[in-house]
Amino acid sequence: MSGKMENEMELMFDAVSYNEGLARVAVAAFVSNLNPTLEELADVKTAVSEAVTNAIIHGYGNVEGYAGKGRPVQQPADGKKPGKVRMLCKLERGVLKVLIEDRGKGIVNVGKAMEPLFTTRPDLERSGMGFAFMEAFMDDLQVESAPGVGTIVRMQKKMTNDPWIEDAR
Amino acid sequence: MEEFQVIDHCLMVKLPKEVDHHQAGYYCKKADTFLFQPEVNHVVFDFEDTEFMDSSGIGIIMGRYKKIAPLGGKVYAINVGKQVKRILDLSGMSKLVEVL
Repeated sequence: MSGKMENEMELMFDAVSYNEGLARVAVAAFVSNLNPTLEELADVKTAVSEAVTNAIIHGYGNVEGYAGKGRPVQQPADGKKPGKVRMLCKLERGVLKVLIEDRGKGIVNVGKAMEPLFTTRPDLERSGMGFAFMEAFMDDLQVESAPGVGTIVRMQKKMTNDPWIEDAR
Repeated sequence: MEEFQVIDHCLMVKLPKEVDHHQAGYYCKKADTFLFQPEVNHVVFDFEDTEFMDSSGIGIIMGRYKKIAPLGGKVYAINVGKQVKRILDLSGMSKLVEVL
């Protein structure tokens, strides 16, 4: 096989906190063919974790997480459906592209939301660093959002160890 | 080791393998039940088991810092691995918390 490797993965999951780990594991497995460095792997997992957590907490308002040993994971109140998060991953010419989409409440002011330390939920002891980390750990970050419609986060990162780049030379 | 222990006026918090939003709420609430006990002056976060942390971890540390610093308490982070160290540095937490 010569040239570049292309691959695509689409994942749809419930917007509940235990799926944050699922999203991280899935993206890590998806890029594992490229022999990423440990640092690249950590970067991608952190960025995905931030975007998915935002969708769950802010998009759908599912703020509850694990309630402690031996206690059930908390579901959204009053039997309402948690909503879905869609994660689309693509590998193109050694570049990982990740799209994370929710159909939640959307962001009124994207610019403001992306400022470090800004959070709409200080009550939750969030650090307001989510978008700052996505920006720091990925090469590119685009956020598209409309109140009442949802939010799409697009990120990409060049994976330096892509073996297929070597092959193509 | 227990997740929460008071040793020598320090609340020792052993953080889990993955520190994310899923885990954060539990650690915040549980730590706070210890924080205002008179024998607790400082907080030590032990990252020995931690392989992953995102900004939720910063929320845990910052929240405890805000509660204990006005009382003269200090916050420490121990057994910090590479990934956690990067998160602490990037967020500026390394300036507030003593990383040992």
